[in-house]
Formats: sequence, C-alpha cells, structure tokens
Amino acid sequence: MAESVKTLAALRRHIASLEGVPASQPHARVETGYAPLDLALDGGLARGRVHEFFAATEEGGAGAGLALILARLAAGEAPLLWLRTMAAGRAGGMPYGPGLAALGIDPARLLIGAMADDAMLLRAAVDALRCPALGALVVELRGPAPLLDLTASRRLALAAESSGVTAFLLRVGGDPVPSAADTRWRVAAAPSLPLPGNGPGRSAFDLGLLRRRAGRDGLGWRLVWDNGRGMFEGSGGGRDERHGLGQDGSGREGGGRDGQAPLSGAVVSVPADRPASDRAA
Amino acid sequence: MRLATLDADALALGLTPGMTLADARAREPDLRVFDADPHGDQDWLERLCDGCSRYTPVAALDSPFGLMLDITGCAHLWGGEEMLAREAAERLERHGMRVRHALAGTAEGAHALCRFPVGAAADEDAALRRLPVEALRLEDESAVALRRSGLRTVGDLAARPAAVLASRFGEAAVDALHALLGLGRRPLAPRRSRPAIRIERRFAEPMGSTAFALRTLEEMAAEVGERLSERGQGGRRFEALFFRSDGLAFPLRVETSLPVRDAPAIMRLVQERIDALSDPLDPGFGFDMLRLTVPQAEPMAPTQLALEGGEARREESVAALVDRLSIRAGRARIQRLHPKDSHIPEQAQLALPAVESRAPMNWPQEGQEGEPPMRPLHLFDPPQPIDVVAEVPDGPPHRFRWRKALHEVTRYEGPERIAPEWWTARDGALEGESVGLTRDYYRVEDARGRRYWIFRNGLYGAEAEHPGWYIHGLFA
Repeated sequence: MAESVKTLAALRRHIASLEGVPASQPHARVETGYAPLDLALDGGLARGRVHEFFAATEEGGAGAGLALILARLAAGEAPLLWLRTMAAGRAGGMPYGPGLAALGIDPARLLIGAMADDAMLLRAAVDALRCPALGALVVELRGPAPLLDLTASRRLALAAESSGVTAFLLRVGGDPVPSAADTRWRVAAAPSLPLPGNGPGRSAFDLGLLRRRAGRDGLGWRLVWDNGRGMFEGSGGGRDERHGLGQDGSGREGGGRDGQAPLSGAVVSVPADRPASDRAA
Repeated sequence: MRLATLDADALALGLTPGMTLADARAREPDLRVFDADPHGDQDWLERLCDGCSRYTPVAALDSPFGLMLDITGCAHLWGGEEMLAREAAERLERHGMRVRHALAGTAEGAHALCRFPVGAAADEDAALRRLPVEALRLEDESAVALRRSGLRTVGDLAARPAAVLASRFGEAAVDALHALLGLGRRPLAPRRSRPAIRIERRFAEPMGSTAFALRTLEEMAAEVGERLSERGQGGRRFEALFFRSDGLAFPLRVETSLPVRDAPAIMRLVQERIDALSDPLDPGFGFDMLRLTVPQAEPMAPTQLALEGGEARREESVAALVDRLSIRAGRARIQRLHPKDSHIPEQAQLALPAVESRAPMNWPQEGQEGEPPMRPLHLFDPPQPIDVVAEVPDGPPHRFRWRKALHEVTRYEGPERIAPEWWTARDGALEGESVGLTRDYYRVEDARGRRYWIFRNGLYGAEAEHPGWYIHGLFA
C-alpha cells in the first residue's frame, strides 16, 4: 500500500507540474472574502490564470468595477495594469481616479493603457502577462472582438501561467466563444442595500458562474463590496445594522430582483439568453 | 497661379518669381512646373541639416534655401575650410541639389557672399564692402530708397555716419550693416543642442548591413553605460543617429521611465523602436557613421544586484514593461493618473504618460471606509446630455433617458452642489460667464441596480431658464 501512496503522490506532483501552478503552493488562490463563493471555487479564483467576465453593454460600469476589485485583490500591493482601447474610453467613460480611490483601488498603483485597436491591445496584454512583477492585468474588450479566438486566449493563458500574473478579461457586450479561460462569469449590477434616506448603497454585483474548468458551474451569487475591509460579503447579512433588513420602507416596486431578496448560497441561475456554445469549450 | 520660386536656368530666361503661370507659359512653353510645397521643402532642409551635423555640432537652418554651419574649430579635421566646403557641397550635390557656398567670419557675411557673388577681392572685408545694398536683407522700399540716394554698395553705406542712416532708414538698417561687417553679433540657433553624452563610430567603408550597425550600436551602448555609471547617472532618453553615406541621417529615439544605463535594456528598447517603424531601417548604400547620444540623464545610484527578487527589482521590471509598451504603442498610450486640486470633477485628475510621470502621487483618501463611493469609476468628459423628468425648481430626478434607454430612478442621494470656480473668472466677466454654472449632482440607482452620477447644469431661474441635465459618470 505504501508504494501506491508514493505513486499517487508522484502522479499528483507530475500533474501539478503540467498544470503550471503547484497545487501545494500557498496563496495560489485569490480569496474574495465571501465564504460561499470561496467554498464553491475551492478557496478562490486561481492565480496565474485567465478569468473571463461578460457584461452587457449597459453594465460596463459594473463589469469594470468588479474586474478591477478582483484584480486589486489578486495584486495586493503590486501595480495593476488596465488595458483598454480608445474606443472604450469614448463609449464607457474615462477611468476616474477619485472614484477608483473610493472603491479602495489606489490610482497611484494603477497603470492605464489606452490602445489604438484590439490587435494592439491583445499584443500588449500578452507582453504584460509575461512580466512577473505585475500584480494583475485587466483587459477590457468591447463588442464581439473577433480577434479573441481560441488561439489568442490560449496565448494569454500560457503567458499568465508562465509568469503567475492573474488576468481578468472583461468582455463588454460580447458573447461567450470557446476560450482557454479558467473561469467564465456573467456580471451585472445589482440593486444595492440602500442607505438611510434611500440613497444608493455600497456597490453590489450579480455574479453568475457560466463555466469553470474542473468544477461545478451554473451557480449564482449576489456580492456587496466592502471597501473598508477590502473583501466581498453577501447581500443578506451585512455586519452594518444600517444595511440590515427592514430598513427599506420606501415604496420601491417589488420584484424578483429586489435588493432585499438575499441570494444566499448557491442557486442555479442560468440566464435564458445564454447561448449553447458556453459549454462548448 | 503664380510662380513661387525658380531655378537658375529659369531665372536666366528672364522669368521672375511672382509671375503668373500663364504669362510664363506664354514665354516658355516647355516650362516644367511643380506645385509649391513649403512644408515638404522645410522638412527636406531639416533632414539635410541633420545630415550636415557630421561636420559640426552647430548646424542651423537658414530658411528657406540655406544651411548655416559654424565650422569654427572643425575645419582642420577635414583638411581645411575649402576641403570641408567642397566635401559638403559634393555630398549635397549627390542628392541633385545645386549648392553654392561661401565662407565668412559672420553668419550674415556668409549668407550675403553666397547669394551675391562679388568676384575676387583682397580680403573678406573688401568683399563684403563690395556687396550690393540688397545683401542687407532690408525691406524692398529701403533698398530702393538707398539705391535712389546713390548708395549702391555696403561700402558706401559703411562710410556714412551710423546716426544719419538710422534716422533715415531705421535702426534695422544699421543693425544689419553692423552684423554684416562683424561689428555686432547675432548668435546662430543650431538645430541641436549639445547633449550630455555623445559617442560616434565612423566606418572606413559604408556598412550595408543593419544587423552589423545594431551590433556596433550595442557596443556603443555599453560604452555609454560605463560613462553614465562613472558620473553616477542613468539616461532617460537615448538617441541613435544612423548616418547614411548619401548624406541622410535616420534618428531613433527611445525614452525610459526610470534612468537606465544597462546596455541590453537600451538595446531592447531600440529593437522595439525599430519593430514599430512603419518603414524598416534602410541602409541604402550603407551607413558610414553611427552616433549615440544621451540628451537627458538623471542621477542614478549604483545598484546592487538583488539575490532574490525584491521590491526594487519589481519596480524596475514594471518600468521596463511600461517603456516597452510606450515605445511600441506610442508614449501617451500608457498613462498614470495624477490628482489635481480642483473641485470641478473633470479637472480633479490628470492622465500623464507613464514614461514621464516618475513617482506615483499620493491620492487623497476620500470618504469614510465602508461607505459607498461618492465618485464614479468612469467619467464622461464631456458629460453626456440626458432627458430627465424632475420636479422644478430643484427636485431630484425621477426618470431619465440616456442612449435611447429609459431608466427609472429607484434610489438617489443628493444634491451635492458644486459651484464653478469663480476665482478663475477674468475681471469684467459677468456672473456665470466663462467659468460655468452651478451643478447639482445626484447619485442615482435605477430599477436594475445600475448606479449613475448625473447633474443639473445651472440653478433653475437664477442661472438658466431650463437647466440641462447631464450624465457625468458610471459607478461600479
């Protein structure tokens, strides 16, 4: 029996070396701080991988917000690079330093690349991913982005694996195509927990796991970003009493997507408009 | 259409600049005409001027048709003044240029002697005094007036008392005369200032291979690195000039965000620059000289090689990434945000090229921890107009239409009133003029949970009859 244990261990090491990131390496995952999500992902998002986030065109703000927050969690104190195109700046607005600072992303540690077109953007992304000193990379692509095919995303994934830099690929207004991404998500803004006086509260996101390599998919969560503690929490049980239930007496229309309906834990949320090609890759 | 300039043959036929094309054609049916392109001419002249910096570091443009070289202390390298002049003229003639040259003690003297041949003279002063008054480059009326009063040459003019000339023809005439005769001094404005460090390599034979030229450049980069480390400096900008044997010079400029003196690092950037060129580096008939200069150097402490990757190492390699991307995509494409002290939201930050902005700035931490962000993640500049249903005079928005989609406001916070910067208004400007209107900002959330930053531009009734609404930003 001892021999088979040894063999198993050797095989595990071999597989780990093939996969790039040693399984035993600490901090190999980026913790979001929200226990159910981390649990479903076996500890968080894998480092040194590509994670793809899909957002509808009108959800570009929420998508960029979530991708940047996750990138900051992945980067820690190291610098971040946010690559986008000039067209993205015109369509979705310029990055705004005070707003970044208010989200807990230090603009001094953020580099912004405004590239001329998608081809230049992808070339720069591969270059940036080969630089191990970078904390994390956010690549924002708008529209269908035909240049990001399986080959291009494989190139990104290989570069990320070789350097250990985590890449967050934000696809605004794009449809999922087969790709080499480790996880694939759909992001949308969620109604926030209101402040007293019915003001918009802390940033909330609806997150749907569309696909995950070697793991369960088709799960959904609602997350609220706590910039003070630097972690996500669920939308139901906020530690702040002010955000608790029953404060919201202000005649909003009720509905299925009500801000107070806590989506705790894993619920199956498969968007009706999701193309069948999601699972193809 | 009129003739702008003519070559010597056309002038000999009696054509003059300013003549209409139809007249000229009537007199010379075989006239060859080209469209005037002053910018192209200037560009060509500048390239020739760069090529002439092989003779002297002080090469200046003498627009529109001339180059001025200060060869003080340079002539002996070429075997004397005449040899240098002949070599320069031959090199330019290989481009099909017609070259005339003159040597004189002053720039004005050389300019005049070149354009107004005076024949053999005993010495330079005698030649200058024989020049016609047109050589002074005065206005046409002054020159005509001088001729009418019988003063035909510079010598005639110089014999008169300066005060009389000044009262009749203006200070300019006296200044021009003194400059021409070397009594006053007008400095030359060379196209290039002297860089901190400069290394040259001349080849015995023109070098046809770009690869070899780059290998030589690498050796030069190593030498530059040594010189920089002796001074305790690192270069922020490097400029390599490839001189072609036919007289042109190709510049390659690279810029770094941190001081660099490491030859492989410099060569990597040069290689990036070459890859980004639209036309490949063309050796033509071969490069016969290479020059590497460091126009900008900054203090750089001696570095100790890190045994393990530390913080310094990380900063360096991110800087190298920034340099590489900036060179490939353009220097303004990789940016860093800098805070600016202003209440006006769109003026509160400045996106500067990351190559330029060295130390990251400290951003003021706004708002309380755990509070929702008060400022948006994305800012529209300029703000985008929206249609809003809101109470008058200053009620919050109920619903708004942006990009053809209707948004129902379910939550809002505001208004946050941001007044224009009245202290920047110019004296005499009316209230509300030129500095903008008071803005009332609202943070709103629509029924689907998207958060926007919108504002009403102007106070109802007081500043604007029907204040417009704008969307200024998107929250995460």
